[in-house]
Amino acid sequence: MNIIYFLIGCSVLMALIFLGAFFWAQRSGQNDDLYTPSMRILLDDELKDDKK
Amino acid sequence: MTESSTLVKPACYHCGDDCLTTEFVSDSKQFCCHGCESVYNILAGSGMCSYYGYNSHPGATRARVDKRFDYLSEPSILSELLDYTDDRISIITLYIPHIHCSSCLWLLEQLNNFSPAIHYSRVDFLKKQLIVRFDNRQYTLQQLVELLYDIGYEPLISLQDIIKKQNTADKGNLVQRIAVAGFCFGNVMLLSFPEYFGLSVYEQTFKHFFGYINILFSLPVVFYSGRGYFVSAWNNLKAKVLNIDFPLALGIAVLFGRTVIENLAHTGAGFADTLCGLVFFLLVGKFVQQKTYHHISFERDYRSFFPVAVQVLVNGVEKPLPLAKLVMGQRMVIRHNEIIPADAILLKGQALIDFSFVTGESVPVNRTLGEIIYAGGRQTGEAIELEVVKPVSQSYLTQLWNNEAFTRKQDNRMKTFNETVSKYFTVVLIIIAVASLLAWLPFNYRTGIDAFTAVLIVACPCALALSTPFTMSAALGIFDRNRFYLKNTAVVEQLARVDTLVMDKTGTITNGTSKRIILGGDLTDRQQQIIYTACRNSIHPLSRMITQYLGEMRALDITEYKEIPGKGINATIAGHKVQVGSGNLIFGYFFETKQMTRVHLMIDGEYLGYFGFDQEYREGMDNIGLLATDYDLYLLSGDQDHERNELVRFFHNDAKMFFGKSPQQKLDIIKNLQQNGHKVMMLGDGLNDSGALKQSDLGIAVTDNVNNFSPGSDAILDGQSFNKLPAFLRFSKDTVKIIHLSFLISLTYNLVGLSYAVTGRLSPLVAAILMPLSTVTIISFTTLATHFAAKKRKLI
Repeated sequence: MNIIYFLIGCSVLMALIFLGAFFWAQRSGQNDDLYTPSMRILLDDELKDDKK
Repeated sequence: MTESSTLVKPACYHCGDDCLTTEFVSDSKQFCCHGCESVYNILAGSGMCSYYGYNSHPGATRARVDKRFDYLSEPSILSELLDYTDDRISIITLYIPHIHCSSCLWLLEQLNNFSPAIHYSRVDFLKKQLIVRFDNRQYTLQQLVELLYDIGYEPLISLQDIIKKQNTADKGNLVQRIAVAGFCFGNVMLLSFPEYFGLSVYEQTFKHFFGYINILFSLPVVFYSGRGYFVSAWNNLKAKVLNIDFPLALGIAVLFGRTVIENLAHTGAGFADTLCGLVFFLLVGKFVQQKTYHHISFERDYRSFFPVAVQVLVNGVEKPLPLAKLVMGQRMVIRHNEIIPADAILLKGQALIDFSFVTGESVPVNRTLGEIIYAGGRQTGEAIELEVVKPVSQSYLTQLWNNEAFTRKQDNRMKTFNETVSKYFTVVLIIIAVASLLAWLPFNYRTGIDAFTAVLIVACPCALALSTPFTMSAALGIFDRNRFYLKNTAVVEQLARVDTLVMDKTGTITNGTSKRIILGGDLTDRQQQIIYTACRNSIHPLSRMITQYLGEMRALDITEYKEIPGKGINATIAGHKVQVGSGNLIFGYFFETKQMTRVHLMIDGEYLGYFGFDQEYREGMDNIGLLATDYDLYLLSGDQDHERNELVRFFHNDAKMFFGKSPQQKLDIIKNLQQNGHKVMMLGDGLNDSGALKQSDLGIAVTDNVNNFSPGSDAILDGQSFNKLPAFLRFSKDTVKIIHLSFLISLTYNLVGLSYAVTGRLSPLVAAILMPLSTVTIISFTTLATHFAAKKRKLI
């Protein structure tokens, strides 16, 4: 059963990595604008007719 | 006549306004004006016509064309505006009020198609901001702003950029605290489960191990996430105030203390899960309460509307000068649609000043040469030259800002329910805790201490602390949806408690822009055509309204045309002598009934009648009138009493209507009402009401454009929602009722918990179930009840 010590260590470490990732995302401003990307994705790229 | 009025006017392909003429056509598309047409041509020239594909008529009307961005090449101004600059690139954030649809987004993010020097452009839709990074060796800010202007997205540039400041205010910190608390909460729950389900004897070593890890997880929750509660409780104690943060901090401290001691002494499992959950939910409540409006500011004052720079004449040459450097005696040039930034004497040109920014009255007034023009007016028409008589900081407009109402600290605001209750709550809580300690002490001091701490844990007013934020934020969301923007959640309670409504007239209960137009007299088609021709050539707003009223017609030949400022038009059209204007022009004396503004018409010496312009009241004024049964209704106007007879219909009581009041008098009347024990809500707009708005218990700025001037107001009401005001008032009362009810619910939970606690036998499991259960009940109750109440008041 001593494997539990190791497993808990792993799970906490993983969770800490995710927490760190969230902090990084927050600091780098990824969550500043949560609305515009939802509109941006609906816009198509221009069809470049002159290239054919 | 009936035929011409049923004719549907085509909508401008660019902006969607009615096309009054068929003059502007490009690629068989109709445009209302040259401005719109030129925007289309620019976009078509760059192959960017998909702009029109995403939405129909996405553009802003370009009826007014003026282009003055020279000041953007002043280095001192540049350095203030740019976010970042080095010798290669510059980054700027521009606020563009017109951003409103996906076409805007599409176009503004394709700016690099116009010039390769623009590296990057990104829109933040809700904040209506555009961030542009460009190569400053090939491109200047002035060129960028001119490009934006040309495609119909004029940025609003001002040095007092409140929006920017507001958005940099950091909310991220709270999010990070929540993240840490949530992270610990999840992990602690996982580690506490074995304890709940019971561990066999040989697994006891795990129990201690889990306990130690729980202590570790509690540390950041208490000292990082929960730190704010201790700070606030301490500050309040120093100020001798008992607010809700005190029992919360006490609860957190006791939970933490017991967790550490029990785990280290191996006497129990402690309350780490309850502790983390408590802090997590409390912080979420705080987050919900912190609603921010990205595009609205409640503290906008005159500075954010003044231009950044003004054109001054130095030795006969115009050059841009930053506003702060403007001194007395300088000559400035103000063009069409520019705001006069300082009190000045008119030296040259025909001044037709629109003071809507200051007074809310939108019909421009004429000023003659040599007259002093106060700052804040907007010139319409030709360019004028003025000599500055007072620097910007001392002008009439800015002086009002030095009034005591603006410098006085706001201490007359009402106390919220939460503040009142939590004082008693804390006292009662401590009494119960101490009583249970004293009751147990003679028998068993350990049980006594257990009971004492258990009371503090169980009665920790988590649900109470959450009931207000969740109800209020739901209510705020409802108001927001109905275009009523409140500054913060406490305003909802203030709204529920006012008993006196005071309203300004112009711009508040009357619609600032649209007036009813009535034709007094009969005109033949030919006569209409003549009047149309005469008015078409004038930029006076009344002339414009007349041309709009008459509809599209063929213009006739004009042989002679003269517009006399403040009087009207003298013209010879198709051989007829035409006079259109005030009584002064036509009869030679001032002939004006008190009821309405009139424009008289005379052709070939024959008086034909007049156009009457009548104030139109906002939709729903009748509903407001009905409020008189529950509220004291007052009218407080700066205007003369032309409309007294019409208004008494709404206000019922002649003695409650005040006319001709100066801004200071308005403030004094409000103060007087307050001294008589009334809770006053003031509805106003414009600078002349700002003192009264600030003085009142609840100041609401009514505006047709939320980006307008809103000094010191607690809430901003969009003019379109004015008729919903009675529903808003009733809904705010419902909201307060919901808070009371949820307080009762949370109290019930507290009582249930207390019955366990005083016996000293509070198991961690009971605490761990009770706390989240009460929280979830409160959150779902408040959210559902608020929505139900909003439905009842027809607000959703």
